[in-house]
Amino acid sequence: MKKVQLRIWRQRSQNDAGKFSEHNVDYEDDMSLLEVLDILAESLIKKGEEPFVYDFDCREGICGSCGLVINGVPHGPLKGTTTCQLHMRHFNGIASITLEPWRAAAFPLIRDLVVDRSAYDKIMSAGGYISVDTGGTPDANCLPISKTHADKAFDYAACIGCGACVAACKNSAAHLFVGAKLAQYAVLPQGQPERLRRVIAMTEKMDELGFGTCSNEGECEAVCPKEIKTEVIAMMNRDYIKAMLFGA
Amino acid sequence: MILDGKVPSGPLAEKWDLHKFNMKLVSPANRRKYDVIVVGTGLAGASAAASLGEMGYNVKAFTILDSPRRSHSIAAQGGINAAKNYKNDGDSVYRLFYDTIKGGDYRAREANVYRLAQVSVNIIDQCVAQGVPFAREYGGMLENRSFGGAQVSRTFYARGATGQQLLLGAYSVLMRQVQKKSVELHTRTELLDIVVIEGRARGIIARDLLTGELSRHTADAVLLCTGGYANLYYLSTNAGNSNVTAAWRATKRGAFFGNPCYVQIHPTCIPMSGEHQAKLTLMSESLRNDGRVWVPKETGDPRRADKIPEEDRDYYLERRYPTFGNLVPRDVASRNAKMVCDEGRGVGPSKLAVYLDFTDSMNRLGVDVIKDRYGNLFDMYERITGEDPYTVPMRIYPAPHYAMGGLWVDYNLMTTIPGLFCLGEANFSDHGANRLGASALMQGLADGYFVAPYTTANYLASTPKKPITTSHPAFDEAEKEVVERMTRLLAVKGSKTVTEFHRQLGKLMWDKVGISRNESDLGQALIEIKALREEFWKDVKIVGKAEDLNRDLEHAMRVADYLEFAEMLATDAKNRRESCGSHLRDENVTEDGEALRNDQDFAYVAAWEFKGVGVEPVMHKEPLTFENVEMKQRNYK
Repeated sequence: MKKVQLRIWRQRSQNDAGKFSEHNVDYEDDMSLLEVLDILAESLIKKGEEPFVYDFDCREGICGSCGLVINGVPHGPLKGTTTCQLHMRHFNGIASITLEPWRAAAFPLIRDLVVDRSAYDKIMSAGGYISVDTGGTPDANCLPISKTHADKAFDYAACIGCGACVAACKNSAAHLFVGAKLAQYAVLPQGQPERLRRVIAMTEKMDELGFGTCSNEGECEAVCPKEIKTEVIAMMNRDYIKAMLFGA
Repeated sequence: MILDGKVPSGPLAEKWDLHKFNMKLVSPANRRKYDVIVVGTGLAGASAAASLGEMGYNVKAFTILDSPRRSHSIAAQGGINAAKNYKNDGDSVYRLFYDTIKGGDYRAREANVYRLAQVSVNIIDQCVAQGVPFAREYGGMLENRSFGGAQVSRTFYARGATGQQLLLGAYSVLMRQVQKKSVELHTRTELLDIVVIEGRARGIIARDLLTGELSRHTADAVLLCTGGYANLYYLSTNAGNSNVTAAWRATKRGAFFGNPCYVQIHPTCIPMSGEHQAKLTLMSESLRNDGRVWVPKETGDPRRADKIPEEDRDYYLERRYPTFGNLVPRDVASRNAKMVCDEGRGVGPSKLAVYLDFTDSMNRLGVDVIKDRYGNLFDMYERITGEDPYTVPMRIYPAPHYAMGGLWVDYNLMTTIPGLFCLGEANFSDHGANRLGASALMQGLADGYFVAPYTTANYLASTPKKPITTSHPAFDEAEKEVVERMTRLLAVKGSKTVTEFHRQLGKLMWDKVGISRNESDLGQALIEIKALREEFWKDVKIVGKAEDLNRDLEHAMRVADYLEFAEMLATDAKNRRESCGSHLRDENVTEDGEALRNDQDFAYVAAWEFKGVGVEPVMHKEPLTFENVEMKQRNYK
């Protein structure tokens, strides 16, 4: 067993003051960070204390539930990795780990390490889809799509909606998230009919919900667990200008 | 009671079309007068809610997660089957039907499986229209790959994240309906009871997971799309929040539970590394295409894998099943892994693992080819175990993965409670005793997009409309029971945590109701489950209160349900004195240890009726008749 100090952000609600609570815990290298939190939370319950809350679900890096700012970096030290996939060996025997929630005006805090990311759903419902009803669709092979475009579409669609890009951005901009969804549809023929309407609808909603503007620092790309590139933001801006000039 | 699956008459291939014509419709102008509740927003739930919303019904959709996009369907890796025959390799609706029936070891309903195969082709069309980025060939056509249990290439995929892409597709069309206000979305809200009035499902009691506030919702029909129960085993490949609660609440209100003992144990998971472990991670089945499974010949061989020479290794799958080798179906692979580990030949620190070795394929094809095929999986393995599978063989072990069992439904996907439907993994319907790879996604979307919208309409149109309000005494009673249950749990103030109980239940189920089962273990399990449940209600320690965000209480309620449901599962396993698919009884094996079915006595669906906590449930049979396929013993030798 090795020892590490965990500094965990505790905050009852958005309106309460928050502070760090410090815990010295034992761990083994093959434990995941979340498993260390599980053990700590369980030991607090044993003592009759209410444990800190943190979101998780699949623990396979795909659902996007988990997300902690770990020593100042969303999802921690390993590139292209979600919080749940971080194991203690990845910290190389570090003495202290500080855990904080995503901090952004558009993601109000719920409690401790849990924030409200429903703003993402609101952006999606504003236009993050191709308007097609169930039934009456043509045979899937009627629409040839080049492998290059299909692969690109997948790269953009890989976004897990975790919110790390917003948490990493000093402006709390959601451009990488919104850009990724727009880019997925923009490279596919199915996405063309609504392409310009979509960029207007989603970006307006994004602004309305209190996300900031992009100042091209690239922090979002650096922390994205699915390694989505800022090229999607360029595509979004280009389409936005087109929509403004020529109408959606 | 003999259960009627309400399979329509007519030739197999025409049943669904005839039934669609015969079913009643609700006219477009009348649809907005009907309220439909959809619980769960994975593939089945999101697709059903979106489709019903598009048709014009008033839909309320509920998820325990913070967004429908996080439902556990998202974690499916491999692909989705469809009888498109794009490869011109002899696939057809009939062949997909046949493979699924055979793969399920002849324990599924023929008509349901045929319909599943029929609508499979529409699913792919639908998903492509939504912008799902399936893999393509250079010519622009859709790419397919092959999967276990089939001799044709019919699996559509989006790299190793097919479930994610399909779910995001269903989520996008769901969010479109949310925007149109035809679907009202309730996130972080958990169903805690189903309200039955005059014998029909008329609403639910739900709890806001952020505030603890209870709410009442009325409906003309309720659709449960709440996934499977493999988390009963504590360590499984399921997500942390997956649970049996909705299905179990329905069971306690009178819905029958079908074949609870059919649980798929997936052979290729990363083994457990210690007591602290929260879940087991699945490594795609596709790895068995190029990896060779082996253990040392000698028990307790202390040498490292690379120090064990060829002649001291036992490639047991290749030895026992020369025809299928490392590609035997999931149930066979899992059973054999357990067998060699029980013999003391397991590897790794826990000795509960076998090697999956890529050395030969890397020598034959080159490291780059292997990297191209499985790079992301190798990376994931390395991240979790700290070992490099390019130089050290992977260690794998079976883990609970998927529930074939679930709420019993008729051909219309309706449970034994009129107005209560069940879709996707939560129902028992299409996979028999064993599910083939790439069929779960198919079933979830088939139910949600193409079956439930029609059958729900038929139910609504043929049921007299009776308005009710949330002040109906049945809502008062259901809510009172929910409150009492939470109060009782919080009042125990014992000494053991919920997780301790869950872990203990999981170990007990894994040891005695796991990969292989026998009469005496099952008898013992029933005694131990009961004792553990009693201990739970005397000694569980839960912090916090009910009127607040309380993860500990949420977990406690789910574990309390598992402690009741486990007994039904073990009872079903004890009753089924045959080996079929995932269910292996030690007493029912051939001379060389293979599973032995008993079609004479067990060709039926066991649908269990709840009779009270701790009271033995009553079994009802739905006989399975096979008019189109002949029942054969599976042979992979």
